This record gives sequence, structure tokens and C-alpha cells, in this order.
Amino acid sequence: MSALANIRNWLDERFGWDELMAFVRHKTVPTHRFSYFYFLGGMTLFLFGTQVVTGILLLLYYRPTPDGAFESVQYIMTKVPFGWLIRSIHSWGANVMILTAIAHMFSVFFLKSYRKPRELTWLSGMILLFLVLGFGFSGYLLPWNMLSLFATKVGTNMTAQAPFIGHWILVFLRGGDDVTGATLTRFFAIHVAILPGLATLLIGLHLLLVQRFGMSVPPSVEADWKAHPERARELRFFPNFFLRELMAWYVVLAVLGCLSAFKPWELGQKADLFGSAPAGIRPEWYFMFMFQTLRFLPAKIGPLAGDLIGVLLFGAAAAVWTCLPFFDNDKRGRGKRWITGVGVFALAYFIGMTAYAYLAK
Amino acid sequence: MNENGRRFSLQSKVGSGGKRKLAGRGRAQREAISFAFLFCGILLLFSAAPLPAQTKNSCLACHSQLPDPFHVDPGEFEQSIHAQKGITCVTCHGGDSTSDDLAKAMSPAKGFKSIPARAQIPAFCGKCHADAAYMRGFNPSLRTDQYSQYLTSVHGQLLAKGDDKVAVCINCHGVHGILPPDDPRSSVYPANVAQTCGKCHADADYMKPYKIPTNQLALYNTSVHHAELVDKGDLSAPTCSTCHGSHGAAPPGVQSVVNVCSTCHVFQAQLFDSGPHHDAFNSLGLPGCVTCHTNHGIQHPTDAFIGVDQGAVCIKCHSTGEPGYDAASQIHAQLVKLDTSIARSRDILNRAEQAGVEVGPATLDLDQARDDLTKARVSIHSVELKPVDENVNAGLKVTEATYKAGQDALGEATYRRKGLFISLAISLIVLLGIALLIRRIESHPQE
Amino acid sequence: MQNPSLQENAKPERRHFLELFLGSGIFASLVAFIYPVLRYIIPPQQTELGSDLVVAAHVGDLKPNSGKIFPFGSRPAILILTSDGKYHALSAVCTHLGCTVQYLPDVHEVWCPCHNGKYSVDGANISGPPPRPLDEFDVILKDNNIYVQRTQNS
Repeated sequence: MSALANIRNWLDERFGWDELMAFVRHKTVPTHRFSYFYFLGGMTLFLFGTQVVTGILLLLYYRPTPDGAFESVQYIMTKVPFGWLIRSIHSWGANVMILTAIAHMFSVFFLKSYRKPRELTWLSGMILLFLVLGFGFSGYLLPWNMLSLFATKVGTNMTAQAPFIGHWILVFLRGGDDVTGATLTRFFAIHVAILPGLATLLIGLHLLLVQRFGMSVPPSVEADWKAHPERARELRFFPNFFLRELMAWYVVLAVLGCLSAFKPWELGQKADLFGSAPAGIRPEWYFMFMFQTLRFLPAKIGPLAGDLIGVLLFGAAAAVWTCLPFFDNDKRGRGKRWITGVGVFALAYFIGMTAYAYLAK
Repeated sequence: MNENGRRFSLQSKVGSGGKRKLAGRGRAQREAISFAFLFCGILLLFSAAPLPAQTKNSCLACHSQLPDPFHVDPGEFEQSIHAQKGITCVTCHGGDSTSDDLAKAMSPAKGFKSIPARAQIPAFCGKCHADAAYMRGFNPSLRTDQYSQYLTSVHGQLLAKGDDKVAVCINCHGVHGILPPDDPRSSVYPANVAQTCGKCHADADYMKPYKIPTNQLALYNTSVHHAELVDKGDLSAPTCSTCHGSHGAAPPGVQSVVNVCSTCHVFQAQLFDSGPHHDAFNSLGLPGCVTCHTNHGIQHPTDAFIGVDQGAVCIKCHSTGEPGYDAASQIHAQLVKLDTSIARSRDILNRAEQAGVEVGPATLDLDQARDDLTKARVSIHSVELKPVDENVNAGLKVTEATYKAGQDALGEATYRRKGLFISLAISLIVLLGIALLIRRIESHPQE
Repeated sequence: MQNPSLQENAKPERRHFLELFLGSGIFASLVAFIYPVLRYIIPPQQTELGSDLVVAAHVGDLKPNSGKIFPFGSRPAILILTSDGKYHALSAVCTHLGCTVQYLPDVHEVWCPCHNGKYSVDGANISGPPPRPLDEFDVILKDNNIYVQRTQNS
């Protein structure tokens, strides 16, 4: 027997390798005009993988202290061979990953993949999205430059708006009343230990559920195939769909490479705890829509602060959005129209507010 | 008013007035009403008293109500250093501040001196301020030579000759609202000194009889010293009194200019003294630093200041063929060489940064070259090439290294792009390969 | 390997070429990923960030009552050995307008030639324009080296 066959045998005798492989071999992916959206989930997973790899590599040189953070990132960017590449892939990768995660969420929403029996998949996915945004927020502070410092100040200030527990959350996040070196230590722990641990668990659950239930088919296609069974098409996951996914991953890597080579991530100016905020301070693009909304709200609405109302509204919106599957219990399985309407509004609001924030200055 | 229609006056309540009849009232009630009036009267008395109500100051009581030129602002006076130390009206003017009676308050018998004549004012202030033993009781480290200095000043000498227009103590320090010089509101706070001097010295009509320029304030306000002092708040920067003296104010003589400037600009003065200009200027009676830099409207010199082109000061004296002319030309060339080299390095570092390569350390190193250029510009005061050369060459070493760093950075940028293109090419091959594989698999379906 | 499909058999070279093509492409891409990562993992020559701890000089370099300028981070610093055998390390950037200061042995003071500012050997601004003292650094003597380190505080 060939070497490969020997190894296969060894694994099968212990782990039921063949059975596992049979499952993989039998997994199929439905093909229809919306099939391309199926790539988004795997893309996000792949990007998470690159973040973990580049993140671990950065950990070899990064120092999470106010005296060492900025300098260590500068060291990585200037002295370590390909340090600029690893760091830029990590920073750009984070943004691309958040983009694909949001796109994945919206595509799942509009294709109604959250319907029974996939409610838990949606739930775990939403929690993952919040974790991913947490990754973005906590990671942003780690280079310890002026932009990070003030973005963190503003962002954590918003949490203080939450009623009753707001101040406690602020102190918990900041490791004190103000953003200081203690905040950096905390955010570092959150970014490299707490969030990765939680994310790994949830990704495991999420993937397990996806495998368990198979790929969902959008209601319109479902109806069509029910009426015309001969139109139903599917692709074998391995190797057919996987090869296509592999192509997409190579494209994403190439994009990250181009971004890193032509527009490496900036160092900025070292954070000065006593300095004043740089002009035009604003959060990263994925938080801009909230930032812009809060800018629109008046300082006071009745007896309450405008910011408080804003934060409460967003909190409520997030809760409703997360629980959406439980509203969409359309017996016919096609999903309620109004939910699609809400989704269109949400997407338009997100894109519109983000665009406005950048264009209007 | 009672039924009789007589007005009650202060006088008639207290002491002598005539008996009043309160028709139809009981004795007790009469007493009560008298007491009430007495009480009101006393209140009225207190309400006319000035603040604070501890010590009575009848001078301020009246003079705060009087119009100019007798008006004294009680608020201004209370804030003054004199009032803070308990020196009030009587200390300087004599008289009795407890009495409301005009004659008593301002009686010569009580030592009342009224306002001293202008010519008497320095001596008047000097009575205390030149008395070391007296001043020791207030602030032992305060100088007490202001009066003797004043007598040596141009102001003091003209005053002694009978000129009343010159400045005396009160023209600079104020009269009743005198604040210590370190109080930013004081007229003699360093940042305010030029304005105070300018009250006379910038007034062309006022200064007409003296036939001296009146553009000093205007020039000073354009100067680098003014910018440093007033705009940046650097109290070490010079103002009128720094170079001219305050109490002993007089323009420094031609021989003393270098000494005056060198209290801060030590290196420049040392270099100047060691070079050929020292003797040359002395023999020509030229006023040292002022010859090239002017005195009041001192601007930040540029490299164009030294050399042989339009705008350079050297050609005012030196002409072609002279060693001085050649030296000026060479020195200018050296400064420009280093300046250009720094700009060249900065440019390449910027380009590297635009291309995406971090050049922070090299950019900071370039600051060393800028330091060398500053030193070179200082060393020109020796008007000799050697010290300038030393500094310029040190700077050129740095710019060479940073230029190379910039070139390396650009090389790194090119290397990155090459690497990227190779990776892209490989990715394209892989994509093509996978596409072909997919096509092959799906056109020949197995199983 | 047995190939049931007739069509497969008909183009063995093409198939072989495709496998070779794709295989080498994937291999090359893996090299393109692994090579930078390997280079990255190997620590560079300069292991320290360069800003916090520096060897300013060696014991014996400085004569008593003299000073030496050395690079610290990317700003100049000054190391002084006073007559009593004590080392002082200060920032050499004058707090007035940023000129580089020097040590004057005859008056045992740190002096800035730009506007005649003076500091004590502890960095305190004692005369002239400087508004603030010079930053003081820690001096650590180990083996034959004189280390200068930024003062540790939070």
C-alpha cells in the first residue's frame, strides 16, 4: 500500500476517518442564482484564520505597555523582515473580515436562511458578529497612537450612557475611570485571549449547526424547485464547491497583498495621555453609522440626553435584529414580507449613514 | 415730615436741633420714634462708608465719587500692591483719613501734602523706595536703587534740567493702581512694557521737541523678540527695558551693544569678538550687532542675509575682490549647500513614506542635520570660513546617511512591489489551474 | 490508477500538464506565504526597540568632570561624570527652543549655547530662558558598560 493509504488506514482505525470523509464527500451545496452568497461565510472563516495566524506572529514582537506598544509596532514595521506585511495584512484583514461578516449577515437575512430549523445558527452568528466588532474595537487601541487613544475614549464613553450599569461597564472596560495603560492591558487580554476563546467556541458551534442542517435554500428558489423538481441543482461540496471557494480565498489574499504593499497601515503618532484630540477624530468605518446618528440627535430629547436615547435605540435595534427569526414564523415557510422591508431599511440606513459621515465631513 | 412740614435733617436728629412737637402722641411712642430715626440715621452713616468696612477711609469715600482729575477708583486701589501692604492714602499724601471734615482730612497740620509736582515725583516715591531699611520691612530682596538709577537715565537728567514732559514713576507704573511687575495686569509686566514705553515714544507729536525717531514700537512689534515675548509668552525674550534698562533707561552706547546682546546671545558675541569684525567695527565706530541686525525691528535672519547677492548685509561694506567679499560668498554657499542637502533628504524620505515605507527613525536623524545648520548659521558671526565649514560638514555627513536611508527605503518599496507582482502572478497561475481543474472535473463527471 | 472514463484516458498529457501546472502553482504560492513568515520569525540583529535602554559609554571612556553626548532614542542625551565620581544622564534637548546642550567643566553646569540657558547637573533649570528642567535618566553600571535607561514610572 502507498504511504498515503497507510496513513489513511491508521487514522480510520482510530477516528473513523472514512466515515468522516464519507460525510464530507456527500455534502452538497444547492446551486441557484443566489449561490454566490454562499461564499461569504467561508470567506469570513478564512479571514478569521488569517487574523489568527498574523495575530500570533505579531504577538512574537508586540509589547502591550504604554511605553512599549507604539515602539514595538514601529519596530515591526521598520526592523522586522516582512513585519510591514504581517502587520498590514492583520490591519487590512480585520477591515475586510468585518465587511464580509456584515455582508454574510445581510445575505443570510435577505435569503431567509435563519428560518426554522436554523434559528440557533442565526443567533450564534449574530453573537459572532458582535464578537468580531469587539475584536475590531479592542484591536484598534493596541498600536497606541493618538487616533486609537481618542477613538477608544469616545467609544467607551458611549457605553457609559447605558442606564444603571453604564458607569460600571465603562470602568470595567477602561480598567479605571480614564483610558490609560491599564486600558491597554485589558484590551490586549480581551483581544488575544477572551474574544478568541469565545469566538472559537461559537465558530465551532456555528459550523456544527451549518453542517447539521445543510445549506438553506431561499424561499423563492424553494418554491420554484417544489413546482419543478427537475430544475433543482446541486454541487458536491468537495471538491467542486471547495475548489471555487479556494479561488475566492486566493483572490482575497491577493487583495490583502495589494493593499499591504501599496497602502501599508500607518503608524500614526504615539499616544499622549495629556494631549488634545487630533482634529477630525472619528471611529472606524464599521461604527460610523452609529457615530453619525448620534451626531444628528439633539443634545437633549425631553429630560434625557440625546446620546442616551441613541445608545438605547441602537441597543434595542440590535436586540430586535438578533431575535428576528422568532418573529418570522411564517407557516408557509416563505417568510414575512415586512421583515424583508425592515432589512432593506436597515441596510440602507447603514450604507446611507456611513456614506454621509464620510462625504459630509 | 411731620405735620409742621419741617424736614428732618441729620443735624437736627443728632444733638442740637429744636424741640419738635408730636401732637397727640404718648411719651413712650415719642421715644420710640426718636430711637427709630436715630437708628436709621446710624444705618445711613454706615451705608456711606466705603468697603471694606474695617478701617474707615474718608479719602476714598469722597474721592471715589469725585470726577476726574480728583477721581480715585476704589476697586483699582484695593488691588494695588500698596493697598495690599497697608500703604494707604495717608502714607503718601498725609492728612487724616478718619475724618469726614474736609478741612480736617486735608489739613496741613495733619501732614497733608496734596499732589506732588511732576518734578518732585521721583523723589516722592524714592522717599520709601530708596530707603533700604524701610523696604526691608516689606520685601527684603526688592531693589532700592531705582531712584539713583533714574537720576542717571535720560529721563532723570532731562527732568533735572526742568523738562516736565519726560517720564516719571507714575507714567510707567500708574498712580493708585500700581501692581508688581510680575502681575500680568501690570503696565510694567514684560509683555506690556513696550506698549507702556510707546505711550510717549510712539507719539510723534509728543516727541517732536526731542528729535528722535518714534518708530521703535512699530518696529519692535514686527520683531522676532516681540513674537517670542508677546505671542509665545516666553518671558525671557527682551523688551525695551531689557536692552535700555528700566529705571536707568538710556540707549546703550555704540561700544556696549555687543555686551547687551551677548547677555543672551553668548556664542554669537564670542565668535564676533574673536573675528576680524570686532576691531574693524570698533575702529569705524559701528554699533556692533545693530550694524547688521538693526536694533528694534530685528527679524529672524535668513541665509540670504549673508552673502554677496541682493539683500545681503555684507555688500554694504565689502566690494568685489576684497577678502571679506570672498568670505561672505563662500560662507553663503556653504549654508545653502547644507540647506539644500537637508531639503533633498527630506524630499526622498517623504517620497519613501508616500510609497508606504516607514522612515520615522531617519526623519528624526535628519533633525540632527538641522541642528548642525543652526550651529553653522551661528558660527558665521566669526565671519571666517573654518567654523562654518566644520558645522556644515558635520551636517552633510548626516544628510548623506539619511539620503541613503531614503534610497534604501525606496529600494524597499520597489522590492515590495516586485514581490507583490510575483505573488500575484503565482496567484493567477493557481486561479487558472483551479478553474481548469473545475472545468475538467465537471465536463467529465465521475461517479 | 484505474481510469473508468474513456475520455480521461484519451488526454493523459493534458491531465498530467494540468496537475503539474496547478501543483507547482500551489507549491509556489505556499512558498510565497511561508518565506515571509519564516524571515519574520527569525529575530533581527537589533533586538531592542532602541528607545528605552542604551549603552552610553564604557567605564573609563569619560574623564572625571566631563560630559559626552550620545544618541538616546533618536534624540541626543548627555552623560556627565562629575568630579565626585557620580554619573548623571540627562536629555540634551534644551527645554527653551530645542538646541543641544553641553557640559561646562569649569563651572560644573550644563549650558545651552543658543540663548545662554544654564542647568545644574541634575537637570534643574537655574538661569536663563529654559522654562523647565531637563529630563533625567537612570544610569546603571554593569560589567564594563554604562547603561542609560528612561526612568521607570507608570
